[in-house]
Amino acid sequence: MKSKWWLIALFICLLVACLAPLASSSPDGLERVAEDAGFIGLGQDAPYQVIADYVFPGIENEALATILAGVVGTLVLFGAAYGLAWLLKTRRRRAA
Amino acid sequence: MHIPDGFLNVATVATTCAVSAGGVGGAVRMVGKKLGEKQVPLMGILAAFIFAAQMLNFPVAGGTSGHVIGAALAAILLGPWAAVLIMSCVLIAQSLIFQDGGLLALGANIFNMGIVASFSAYYIYKLVTWLAGANRRGTLIGGFLAAWFSVFLASTCCAIELALSGSSPFGVVLPAMAGVHALIGIGEGLITGVVLSLVLATRADLLQLQRT
Repeated sequence: MKSKWWLIALFICLLVACLAPLASSSPDGLERVAEDAGFIGLGQDAPYQVIADYVFPGIENEALATILAGVVGTLVLFGAAYGLAWLLKTRRRRAA
Repeated sequence: MHIPDGFLNVATVATTCAVSAGGVGGAVRMVGKKLGEKQVPLMGILAAFIFAAQMLNFPVAGGTSGHVIGAALAAILLGPWAAVLIMSCVLIAQSLIFQDGGLLALGANIFNMGIVASFSAYYIYKLVTWLAGANRRGTLIGGFLAAWFSVFLASTCCAIELALSGSSPFGVVLPAMAGVHALIGIGEGLITGVVLSLVLATRADLLQLQRT
């Protein structure tokens, strides 16, 4: 069981992602400063959108769309960072 | 604190991209040399946790919100170079998939929230645990202070980049960014402390791993 501790940890991460609809929707620190100092207008939107603003496209219920975006992102990042770490470790073993 | 495209001028974009590319390259080399078997899944877990936790904006004073950066937690558990890699993964995914943080501003975002936040947190944590002892108390105090300073210094760097780009004068943007993020840093410190005490209670060996 101990060798699979990360399964439990990943489950906790997914639970955290499910709390995302409860997050404050106020502007964050930088956005707030940009509004107050009058340079928010300089910001440009991305040339394309995938899951823009953490809302999964095509789902009416906004809370559900946010949770889905969070779950997808959490799994993508677990896979990406795990994969990168595994690759770096394997490459070293081959070089040695 | 994700900078969108348009806030930074060409010179700042080019400089921060070059510095961050060098930093990430260094991180790949250092992590490749040092990473242990047990740390591979931990890299994945920290990236997943930091992404999820960054979605949870908490309110701070006056209709403003903030979210954790997470670099301090990663730097304390895995060291600064691994933290730079983890933060880069998170920031690249946020920019490419979630349109949070500009593509051209990615270099600046990796510099502020990856490199500056990870290294400042790591050395402040080392200093505090050296002064207060590497026990539970020292770990939690060190974690809180490391997290607070990482947010404060990242926001200061962000403000300097904005001022150098001509988006806003130094005298306006520097105190505004530092002031708001001094508050957000308290949230980062508390959350980092809670997660570290959870790690101490369940997998204290992860904190030992980092020291060797």
